[in-house]
Amino acid sequence: MKIIGIITILLSGSIMIYSTLDFPEWGDPLSPANTHLSVYYIENSMPDTSVPNIVTAILADYRSYDTMFETTVIFAAGLACFLLLRNFRKKKKEYSLYRHIPTGVTLKIKNSADLADDTKLFQRIDSTWVPFDLVTRTASGLIVPFIQIFALYVIAHGHHSPGGGFQGGVIFGAAFILFAISYSLRESLKIISEKTAVILSCVGVMIYAGTGLLCLLFGSNFLNYGSLAQILFTDPVSARSLAILFVEIGVGLAVAGVMIWLYYNISSSGKYNQGL
Amino acid sequence: MSEHYPVLIVIIPFIFALIVAFAGFIKPRLCCFLTISALILSLYSSIILLFQVFKTGCIEYRLSGWSPPWGICYNIDYLNSIIIVVVMIVGLMCAISSQKAVNRDLDQKKGAFYALFLLFITGLTGILATGDLFNLYVLLEITSISGYALIGTGNNKAAFASLKYLFMGTIGASFYLLGIGYLYISTGSLNMADIAAIIPELQQSKTIMFAFIFCMTGLFIKMGMFPMHGWLPNAYSDSHSATSTLVASLTTKVMLYVMIRLILNVFLPDYSFSKLNIDNIMVWFATVVIICGSFLALSQKNLKYMLSYIIITEVGYIAGGFWLGNRLGMTGAILHILNDALMTMCLFLSSANFIYVLKNDSFKNFKDIFLKMPFSAAGFVIGGASIIGVPPTCGFFSKWYLLSAAQEAGHYEFFSALIFSSLICCILFFRIIEQGFFSEDDHENNVTKFNEAPVSMIIPLGITVLLLIAAGIYSGDIITNFIDHAIPDIIT
Amino acid sequence: MDNYLFFIVSKFNYWGVMILIMIGIYAIISKQNLIKKIIGMNIFQTAIILFYISIGSKKNASIPILHHLNEHTQKINPDDFVNPLPHVLMLTAIVVSVATLGVALSLAIKIYQQFGTLEENIINNKIAADNNRQSVIDRL
Repeated sequence: MKIIGIITILLSGSIMIYSTLDFPEWGDPLSPANTHLSVYYIENSMPDTSVPNIVTAILADYRSYDTMFETTVIFAAGLACFLLLRNFRKKKKEYSLYRHIPTGVTLKIKNSADLADDTKLFQRIDSTWVPFDLVTRTASGLIVPFIQIFALYVIAHGHHSPGGGFQGGVIFGAAFILFAISYSLRESLKIISEKTAVILSCVGVMIYAGTGLLCLLFGSNFLNYGSLAQILFTDPVSARSLAILFVEIGVGLAVAGVMIWLYYNISSSGKYNQGL
Repeated sequence: MSEHYPVLIVIIPFIFALIVAFAGFIKPRLCCFLTISALILSLYSSIILLFQVFKTGCIEYRLSGWSPPWGICYNIDYLNSIIIVVVMIVGLMCAISSQKAVNRDLDQKKGAFYALFLLFITGLTGILATGDLFNLYVLLEITSISGYALIGTGNNKAAFASLKYLFMGTIGASFYLLGIGYLYISTGSLNMADIAAIIPELQQSKTIMFAFIFCMTGLFIKMGMFPMHGWLPNAYSDSHSATSTLVASLTTKVMLYVMIRLILNVFLPDYSFSKLNIDNIMVWFATVVIICGSFLALSQKNLKYMLSYIIITEVGYIAGGFWLGNRLGMTGAILHILNDALMTMCLFLSSANFIYVLKNDSFKNFKDIFLKMPFSAAGFVIGGASIIGVPPTCGFFSKWYLLSAAQEAGHYEFFSALIFSSLICCILFFRIIEQGFFSEDDHENNVTKFNEAPVSMIIPLGITVLLLIAAGIYSGDIITNFIDHAIPDIIT
Repeated sequence: MDNYLFFIVSKFNYWGVMILIMIGIYAIISKQNLIKKIIGMNIFQTAIILFYISIGSKKNASIPILHHLNEHTQKINPDDFVNPLPHVLMLTAIVVSVATLGVALSLAIKIYQQFGTLEENIINNKIAADNNRQSVIDRL
């Protein structure tokens, strides 16, 4: 198999390097790619949409339909992980493990069916040795709110600086994943349950698609934000800018929700127990 | 409202997918109903779109209101409007037929299953409708990701088959993306019509040639052309029967459509056939595909594996017929895309019925199948007859076009490969029918009970059989009204 | 000599992309471990992202963000900003590759639950043994 691999990649690699010979030189401002479509975007994105960040303007307005399906791709990935991994069957265990929080002693209790999962003094765990690290918990607990604020900044400031819905959503999800890693999956499920994560992602994609449908209702083409000026009480250009913010919020919600959902499913192989 | 139908065919299943995913957590019983109603709505709008195209010609829809080279546009023309209708019909039939099996096997995950089902349809419809190369890639990935997940929920080998499919599918999609990159670097555009206007000036460019090669490589992997077919049989056979009906009857056909679309509307036939001069090689290649696929189908012991290899030979039919380069061949290829989607659906629906009752699809279990499950077996026989090419069914007409095109172009190797694979299909289907009719066991000792699949699985099969015959009878109308307009006039 | 140097400088990052693509394909073809294959797949996708970003670059250009202050005073010169379109396309491609990675990892977890290993040849052997057992049962 290794020899086949080497032969394949040598053949196709030489073909591919040969194929680059006709390319325009790297960084040439006069190459067709840099002179055909992009000039229009650079010159007109400000008068068309009043968004200084050209990437955001193209992403959420000129090619907004792509972006809607990009959000759908990540939503489909969340659904796919759920469909493949989620395990609703609960194995009946003979015993379950609890940790006494003040002392850190692990208790093994038989016939524990009618005991609550967590009380103030006891915490349910799944393996005999689960480290309890005060330093990580405290430190990540301190960091998480700042990361979340930064995520909100990245979403809201996508018009003026690099950033936007995806990046902000991923950062928001990452903050929560940090919490889930340093605490445990059970505790994070109490804050954002599986249902909440799903609803968050559904609503996020729904905001995007709903904005598009709203444009249909106002008589223009799908996702043509200009027609939203009637309900936003502005001119069409600033309506586009506002609608882009709206859409970015939807994308952020969807991505954050899906990231959390993906983490839940993959880290616990769908069992939703203690996790990593 | 009437001008918005091009986007509604994509948006309706998409919005309903979100609602179904939502409902799966709140009221799982609603999921199936919502899915079926979404598909009925989009089938309705696709039929209206078909009539609009029939009356007024091609329709362009500008998404976000920007004019084409800068924004994304949808182009509904004679070629894709009819394939969209077929996709919707297949989706609707699969959804109706799948509900019992899904209720039995995937109880709590129904919402996710049907949401991905609808996203799969969304992706395929988007691929068919779009006029933008990069938008096509995004929708291709939606289709693929939902396809991987749907295939992964099968028997215990399904996850492995699905992961193999994922590797091959990702390589294919990435090669397609690389091909678009080559087109973008030499033309600076992503819109199909815009690129088609620029390409005649760049006929000597190596970059365009390699763009063509990479796009085609990617699509060949995705459609399961013979040397790259490794993922296909396992992925289609190990998956749950509710998914394999949908995925197997649509994925390869839509990829073939993308190939036809790229050649006719992006690279233009002038460049693809005259300049590159690879049509003879491609026809030979398709001949090899048909013969190898037929032999591999002959060596299988399970129904779904056999059907998967038949799909590979059908891919060879369509690709070879298209690359013959004459008008008859292209007509035959496009007609065969429509017919093959229906034929494969018919066969897979009846195999889903067999699996639902018999719990296994090995040929050993098909004894007395005509006594046990007369309706499903009758549907299977008609589907098989259509694959072989028996006259009243639609398979005959497209095969006739392909044969006369091969004869006209002087490609007798392709002609004989078509005849040969029809004969092999005869053997394949009669082997099973023989098992069903004349089993060695004594009928009197162990009387086989009538044990038919539920009505909700029989009705879609019956409708499909009727459609097969109707598509055969009306194939002349389909050709004169749609396919003739879809093929550019320079092809004779 | 100068010609050659110029030629290499104007093409070398495309060559780098091609080499990365080859590394990815090699990992997918030759490695037995499924996780290594997934990594190879990701290298492949990342290489294509780099390819698009190289298409969009311009010499002496800055990031594609206009400034509010000089929007009326100065006419925008397209040569001052890199091509924004490939960046947009690659944002989409990054998301797609993340989604594919997620699905691939969950499939790998499912395979591990079923076969107890991630080595492809061992899984193939187990499936073959399973099929053999099935056919023996059928014959009996």
